[in-house]
Amino acid sequence: MSEARTTLLEVHEVSKCFGGIYALNGASLAVEAGEVHALIGPNGAGKTTLIHVLSGALKPDAGAVVFDGQDLARKPMHSRAALGLARSYQITNIFPRLSVLDNVTIAVQARARDWGTSFRFWKPFSVDAAIVDEAHELLAQVSLVGLARRRAGQLSHGEQRSLEVALALASKPKLLLLDEPMAGMGPEESERMVALIGHLARRVTMLLVEHDMDAVFRLADRISVLVAGTVIATGEPDVIRADPEVRRAYLGDVA
Amino acid sequence: MTQLILEQALNGLQFGLMLFLLAAGLTLVFGIMDMINLAHGSLYMVGAYLAAAATQASGSFIVGIGAAMLGTAVIGVLVEVTLQRRLYARNHLAQVLATFALILIANELVRVVWGAQPVLLNTPDVLSGPVNIGGFFYPSYRLLIIGVGLLVAALLYVLVARTRVGMWVRAGASNREMTEALGINVRLLFTAVFAVGAALCALAGALLGPLLAVQVGMGESILILAFVVIVIGGIGSIRGALVGSLLVGLVDTLGRAALPSLLREFLSSEVASNLGPALASILIYVLMAAILFWRPEGLFPARS
Amino acid sequence: MGFYATSTRRRLVAVAALCALTAMPWLLQALDQSFYVSLASRILIFALAATSLNLVIGFGGMVSFGHAAFFGAGAYSVAILAGSGVVSAALAWPAAMGVAALLALFIGAISLRTRGVYFIMITLAFAQMAFYLVVSLKAWGGDDGLSLMHRSSFGSLDLKDDNTFYFVVLSVLAMVLVALDRLAHSRFGRVIQSIRENETRMEALGYPVFSYKLVCFVIGGALAGLAGALLANQTGLASPNLLHWMQSGTLMVMIVIGGVGSVFGGVVGAVLLLLCEEFFVDISTHWQIGLGLVLLAVVLWAPLGIAGLFGWGRNRE
Repeated sequence: MSEARTTLLEVHEVSKCFGGIYALNGASLAVEAGEVHALIGPNGAGKTTLIHVLSGALKPDAGAVVFDGQDLARKPMHSRAALGLARSYQITNIFPRLSVLDNVTIAVQARARDWGTSFRFWKPFSVDAAIVDEAHELLAQVSLVGLARRRAGQLSHGEQRSLEVALALASKPKLLLLDEPMAGMGPEESERMVALIGHLARRVTMLLVEHDMDAVFRLADRISVLVAGTVIATGEPDVIRADPEVRRAYLGDVA
Repeated sequence: MTQLILEQALNGLQFGLMLFLLAAGLTLVFGIMDMINLAHGSLYMVGAYLAAAATQASGSFIVGIGAAMLGTAVIGVLVEVTLQRRLYARNHLAQVLATFALILIANELVRVVWGAQPVLLNTPDVLSGPVNIGGFFYPSYRLLIIGVGLLVAALLYVLVARTRVGMWVRAGASNREMTEALGINVRLLFTAVFAVGAALCALAGALLGPLLAVQVGMGESILILAFVVIVIGGIGSIRGALVGSLLVGLVDTLGRAALPSLLREFLSSEVASNLGPALASILIYVLMAAILFWRPEGLFPARS
Repeated sequence: MGFYATSTRRRLVAVAALCALTAMPWLLQALDQSFYVSLASRILIFALAATSLNLVIGFGGMVSFGHAAFFGAGAYSVAILAGSGVVSAALAWPAAMGVAALLALFIGAISLRTRGVYFIMITLAFAQMAFYLVVSLKAWGGDDGLSLMHRSSFGSLDLKDDNTFYFVVLSVLAMVLVALDRLAHSRFGRVIQSIRENETRMEALGYPVFSYKLVCFVIGGALAGLAGALLANQTGLASPNLLHWMQSGTLMVMIVIGGVGSVFGGVVGAVLLLLCEEFFVDISTHWQIGLGLVLLAVVLWAPLGIAGLFGWGRNRE
């Protein structure tokens, strides 16, 4: 890894409390531009809560989130996406009744900075060929080209997971939040997803939340470990693997 | 002046308690099954008609009320088993439409059976006079309604808050899947809730019958108020339904009584007499919109 | 299901229907049944109102139970303007749309903060406010409604003439349908349909969902206001009944019968419902039992509406 990277996302002392229980308790984290940063931790450590705080679905009780130099505190979910912070969902969240192609075109169309506003009421969408072309390219990247006309709800679980990633990619994000992209996948599907993420990693910074340790250690440049709402360690995979505190708190109960 | 306010407050309490009889069943149906039942008001109408018919046939108001509650509960169960069950899994639009259809059918059927003219349901003779409470006279029948309303509210509270069945109902309202997973037959439980809700509708219809006209369309106007109540109170919450009912009953009654004269203090009497009734009649809707604006889930949200 | 798309066949049917409707006054005259022209105008006006609600419910996915408020707002605006001497349709009708749009902006901005049943109920509550407001304001005629002192005037056209009025209504409806068909295929149309399918995902993709829904709600309200303006001209009265919640329910019935989320669903539903009403009322005063049963059947067994049964509605997959 090269030196002097810039910090793209900084999570500073973020806390979130649900009815007296701290899901996040002063969690801090920095994602540098260009890296694949994995976030691991046992169940209930607060990983999903952190993703929600980053995407804007939840408001933190304390702490700050700075993305690309901007404080996100008062930014609603949609403007975070417009700033370049895209997410995928742990539980597949697509448009099941639309075709696979329409799923991706509507995601590509969201990039108002490239195509202009979608408050256009008269001109038919069919003239926006560039949007559709780009959607086809995205489908090629996630190996769904042959299924473009299918209804998204009819895809297999693994294909839906790929579509999920394509939707997040469509915004050409600076940072991609992947929330357990391998969730519920068989070994073959997982292998394909690891390859896809590895391929994407060359172009986009990622914060990867994942349970599959094998995948995490293969993909991540750096790893942060979240335990009981606090990040207890951050470092390169080998350092994390060797960290005694991490082993005790987390890896110990897996091994 | 104090007497007037006291009297209107009692009227508001009486109206609120009757609203609660409707809202209690509606909020549980809503809360457990996530089902919008516009036809709830029709049960109220049917109850009032049955009470009028049974009272006339038997000569006894008590028998009339009992028969109305029983008959309406049976009708409610029939409708639930044959139709409403098919709607639980459907979206809200389908539910609104299907139960809207039920209103049309119920209204026409009542017209077929009883005709288009309002039906007479008299106050029982014993209760026709006023009683003296603390120096002013108040109709004894209205006092009875307040008493019955308080009694039923208390019974419902004990049933829902203190018994095993009540616990299931509350659990069903806050998390239906979990309740089913615990092995409770939510479907049967729900039919029972529906029957009780229907009987309470009939009770309200029978009790209000002598005060308001027993006529086609009586269900719709009160239905909207009952919806306002449960939305204010928080869908699925009995406590919310009680607080909401009393709030709506009092605000509506006192608003109508006091607002026109209150406005006359600030505005010319012509403007006030024009604007007063208009403002009074929309007061509860303003209340509801305001509550939803600040608390989009109502005052006592049942779901976490 | 997918996005709404108008097939060539559907376009042909629409053009054929337009031709038939254009020829109808002469046909009725030939059959000596000219009094039906006024019924036809009424049906087309309700078709416009139902179409406007279909934009909100069928395309935007917002189950509004207060659409009658905008219908009524249009009617009262025209009646009030006529009372103060503004009779030009070129002024009064856009003004009616503007008033309805402002009302929709206000109601929508508050109501769209809520979800699901709460949205249904709060839109209903606002419509009830509007209803009780016009009922209790004596200046606006109270229960009796406000009669239209003068029909709107439209250049040299005589709107008091039934046939002329019919053609004006038909043209307005045709223009609105063309515009909505364009809208359904535009970027905006695709966005609101996607919001209907998955609101959270749209927000996460970077769409300001609230603004899109609000704009859709306001367009729907404005078109309902236009329908109200036309209806006030047809009946010569702005009646509080137009704002009654049963009216909102009836408009919903129309789009469900005709096909939710189809550009022509509102028209199909309004035509079917009002024609049935017209003819069955003569057969039995209790025809509403039949209507209720048909409606139940449609909801239970034909969720895409009558249009869906014949494949005129949304795309079949």
